[in-house]
Amino acid sequence: MKTLADLKKIREKAQEEMKLRGGNTRIKIVVGMGTSGIAMGAREVMKTFLEEIANRNLTDVLVTQTGEKGLSSLEPVVDIIEEGKPKVTYGNMTPEKVKKVVVEHIVNGRIVSDYVVATGN
Amino acid sequence: MSLKRIDLLICCGSGCVSAGALKVKEQFHNVLKTKGLTNEINIIETGCMGPCDYGPVIVIYPEGVFYKKVTPDDVEEIVNEHFLKGRPVKRLMLQDEEDKTFLTQKEIPFYQKQVKVALANCGYIDPESIEEYIATGGYEALGTVLTTLTPQQTIDIIKKSGLRGRGGGGFPTYLKWQMVHDNPVEEKYFICNGDEGDPGAFMDRSLLEGDPHRVLEGMMIAAYATGAQNGYFYIRAEYPLAIKRIKMAIEKAKETGLLGKNIFGSEFSFEAEVRTGAGAFVCGEETALIQSIEGQRGNPTPKPPYPAVQGLYKKPTVVNNVETLGNIATIILKGADWFASMGTETSKGTKVFALTGDIRNTGLVEVPMGITLRELIFDVGGGMIGDHKFKAVQLGGPSGGCLTTQHLDVPIDYESLKERGAMMGSGGVIVMNEEKCMVNVAKFFMDFCVDESCGKCSPCKIGLKQMLEILKRIDSGYGKEGDIEELQHLGETISKISLCGLGQTAPNPVLSTIRYFRDEYEAHIRDKSCANKVCPDLMHFEIDKDKCIGCSLCARKCPVSCISGSREEKYTINQLSCIKCGTCMDVCPVKAISKIPGMHPEVKAMREAEELQKQNQEE
Amino acid sequence: MIKEICQKYAPRKDNLIQILHEIQDQDPQHYISPEAVDTVAEYLDIPVNHIYGVLTFYTMYSTKPRGKNIIRLCESPPCYIKGSDNMLRKLKVLLGINIGETTKDGLFTLEFTSCLGVCGNAPVMMINDDVYGDLTEEKVEEIIERIRGRR
Ligand SMILES: Cc1cc2nc3c(=O)[nH]c(=O)nc-3n(C[C@H](O)[C@H](O)[C@H](O)COP(=O)(O)O)c2cc1C
Ligand code: FES
Repeated sequence: MKTLADLKKIREKAQEEMKLRGGNTRIKIVVGMGTSGIAMGAREVMKTFLEEIANRNLTDVLVTQTGEKGLSSLEPVVDIIEEGKPKVTYGNMTPEKVKKVVVEHIVNGRIVSDYVVATGN
Repeated sequence: MSLKRIDLLICCGSGCVSAGALKVKEQFHNVLKTKGLTNEINIIETGCMGPCDYGPVIVIYPEGVFYKKVTPDDVEEIVNEHFLKGRPVKRLMLQDEEDKTFLTQKEIPFYQKQVKVALANCGYIDPESIEEYIATGGYEALGTVLTTLTPQQTIDIIKKSGLRGRGGGGFPTYLKWQMVHDNPVEEKYFICNGDEGDPGAFMDRSLLEGDPHRVLEGMMIAAYATGAQNGYFYIRAEYPLAIKRIKMAIEKAKETGLLGKNIFGSEFSFEAEVRTGAGAFVCGEETALIQSIEGQRGNPTPKPPYPAVQGLYKKPTVVNNVETLGNIATIILKGADWFASMGTETSKGTKVFALTGDIRNTGLVEVPMGITLRELIFDVGGGMIGDHKFKAVQLGGPSGGCLTTQHLDVPIDYESLKERGAMMGSGGVIVMNEEKCMVNVAKFFMDFCVDESCGKCSPCKIGLKQMLEILKRIDSGYGKEGDIEELQHLGETISKISLCGLGQTAPNPVLSTIRYFRDEYEAHIRDKSCANKVCPDLMHFEIDKDKCIGCSLCARKCPVSCISGSREEKYTINQLSCIKCGTCMDVCPVKAISKIPGMHPEVKAMREAEELQKQNQEE
Repeated sequence: MIKEICQKYAPRKDNLIQILHEIQDQDPQHYISPEAVDTVAEYLDIPVNHIYGVLTFYTMYSTKPRGKNIIRLCESPPCYIKGSDNMLRKLKVLLGINIGETTKDGLFTLEFTSCLGVCGNAPVMMINDDVYGDLTEEKVEEIIERIRGRR
C-alpha cells in the first residue's frame, strides 16, 4: 500500500465484509474475548456457539470475536447482529444460556429477553 | 437430604425491598405453609439482581423463570399455577411486555453518559483483524498526516486539542513531543507505556486487547511528529493477551505495508517492537521503564535529565501512555476543536475510568472530563451494590486519595482532584461502602506502596515503612496520642523529598483519610474500637446465649479450641485466646455468633496489665 | 536447550528480560537455574551478578523450582475489597501450603500478584496464563479440583 487511495480500497472492501459478510450471512454473533470475558468463561461460550451452530448445520451464521465493551459485571458479553434489526447484547452468558439463545434467537428469531442487557447501538 | 424441588429466589436488594419484596417473601412463606409445601420449596433471598426498575423481582429455578413487579396478591397464583401445575404465570413474565416494547431501545444507563473516543472500537471490532480496523476509518489519520502535514503542523493540532497525558501526570502531550521534535539528535525513540501498574485500572489492557491498531497508529503519528524511527511497546507480563494482540497488530501492519520503510510513499520509516515487564510496579515510572527496556533493574533515575533529552540508550525519547495514544488518530480525523469542545477549562476531551469495588456496574467507562463523581458513580456506575451506602471513593490508584460524600458534586479534572487531595492517576475508581474501615484501607494501600518501593531513596524506603508501622500499631490496638500528627508530619515530608512519583504520592491515602475520616482514626486510638468491625484486634466475637442451641459445632471447628460449653450451659468464647478467624460465625447454623465493635474488656485489661509489668521491669 | 532459547535473540543486553522470561516459561519447573544464568551471562557477555540483580528485582522471576501450575492470587485493593483474603484462606486450606510454597506433589505453587487488570470481576486469580474472575470459595475449589483431575 502506498497511497490513501489504496487504503480507501481496503476500507471499502472491509466495510462490505463487515456488513454481515456477503450474501449468505444472516446473523453475526460477536463474543467479547478480552481478558475479563475470558476470565468469566468467554472461551466456553464461544466454543458452545461454534458447536451448536455446527450441530445444527447453520451455514448463514458467523461467529467472531471482539475486545471488551467495559461491562465487566456482565461478562461474558455477546452481541447478536442481524441486518436491519437493532443489535441485541446478551450478558452473563454460560454454555447453557448459549444453547437457549441458539435455539430461540438464532433459529427461531425470538429474543431471549431474560439474558438481554442492551439493545441498539 | 433435601426434598426441595424448586428454588425460589427473591431479590432483596434495596430496589426490590423498597418496592415491597419483604412483604412478598412473607406472603410466600404464609401461602406455602398453608398448602403444606414448605418442604418442597427453597426460598432464597438474594442480593440485587440488577433490573431494579422491575422490582420486586423473583426468579424460579430450575427453569429460571423471571417474574417482575410481584405483589403479595400475585403470590397465591404463582404457587397454584407455577408450583403446583407447572404453568408459569405469563402476565408476570418479562417477555410478554418486552416483545412489544423491546425493539424500541432498552438502553441501559451505563451507556448513556458515555462518549467513546479511545474505546470507540473496543467491543465492536475484531481486534485481530486489521481490515475491520481499517473499515472503521483506521490508518486514515496516519495517511493524512504523512501525506499532507509537516511534523510541526501535527504537533500544533495536538496542542490545540489540549490533550494531556492519561498515564497519571497529566503533562501536556504536545509539549513532550515538541521537546523531542526540537532536539537536533538524529536517533530518537518512542515508547508506549503499557505497564499499567495501578491496581484497579485496566483501560490500557482493554485498549491493547480490544483495539491494538489504534494504539499503534497513534504511536506512528506521534513518531512522525517527533522524528522517532523506532518504537517500543512496554507491556506488563501480567497481560499475556494484550501482548499477543499488539504483536499480531504489528505483524499485520507490516504485511499490509503500513509499517516499515517509506510508509504511504513518504520519507517516514518506522519499526515497532514489544517488550514485557516482569512484575515491578515502579517500572511504570518512565525512567525506570527505560532502565527495564535496556535490560537493567528497573530503578528510577533522577530527573532532569528528562527522557525527552536523554532517554532510551541516552537518546531523546517520548514516553506516552496507551490511552493517550488511543486518542491521537481520532483527534486528527475529527479535529482539535471537536476534542477541545469536551471537558473543562484545563482538562479536555474524555477519560476512561475503571469502576471497581462495591459498585453495581463494575467496568470501563469513557466520559467527558468534568463529569461529577455523582454522575460517574450513581448514573453510569448504577450506584452501590445492595442496600449499602456510599462511603468513600479512592481515585488515582494506590497513591491516590480518598474522597467522600461531600465531594460527590466535584467535577472530575486534573486540578480539582488534586486540590482535594486525590488525583486522576490512571483513572482507577475504587468505590467503597459504609462497611469499610478507612484506617484499614489506608493501611492496605500503604502496605502496597512499601512493597513496591524500589528502595533507592530513603524517604520512600524508610519513611513509608515508618508510616506503615504506625498504622499497624493503630490497627492492632496499640495506637497512642500523637500518632495522627506523626503520620501527617511524616507523610508531608516524604511527599516533598522523595525521588520519584511513587514516594511523592504514596502518603496520599493516609493523608486524605486523616483529612476526611479523622474520627475513625481517633476511635481506633482512644476507644480501641473499629466501628465497622474490620480490624481484628479492635472488635470481638460474641455468642448470643439466647440464640445458641448448644450444638457445639463452633467449638469443634475452632482452630485454637477457644470455645467451650455444653448443651445446657451454651457456649462461650475465651476472648484471650481468640484469633478472630471468624470460623465459628461461618459455621453457626442459627447465626448466634456476631461481631461486636471494640476490643473486649478482658483483652483490654490483659494488655494494660502487660504494659504495667513491662514498665515495672524497666524500672 | 537454554542455548537455543538464547540464540533466538540477538546477543544484546536489552534482550535479557525477554530471554529470562522464555527460559522460565519453558522450564517444566518454571524457574531459572544457576546453570541457565551462567549460559545467559556467557551468551550476552554480561556479569552473572548483573543477571542476579535483575532476577531479584522483578517479582515474576523465580530462582527456586516451582510447581507445574502457578497460582497467582491478586492481592491488590479492588480484589481485597471484594474479599480476596477469603480466597487466600480457601486456597491455603485446599492446597495445604502457604504463599510462596509448592505442594508436595509438585502440582501447584501459590503466589501473590499485583493487579491483573480484571478488577471489574474481582476477586481474581491467574493460573499459568488463564485468568479466573468473580471468585467464590466454591469456584476456587472447583477450579483446583478440575486441574487436579487433569493430572
Ligand atoms: C510510580 C509510578 C508508576 C507509574 N505507572 C505508570 C503506568 O503504569 N502507566 C503509565 O502510563 N504511566 C505510569 N506512570 C507515569 C509515567 O512515568 C509517565 O509519566 C507516563 O507514562 C507518561 O505518559 P503520558 O504523558 O501519556 O501520560 C507512573 C509514574 C510513577 C511515578
Ligand atoms: S485488583 Fe485484582 S485484578 Fe485488579
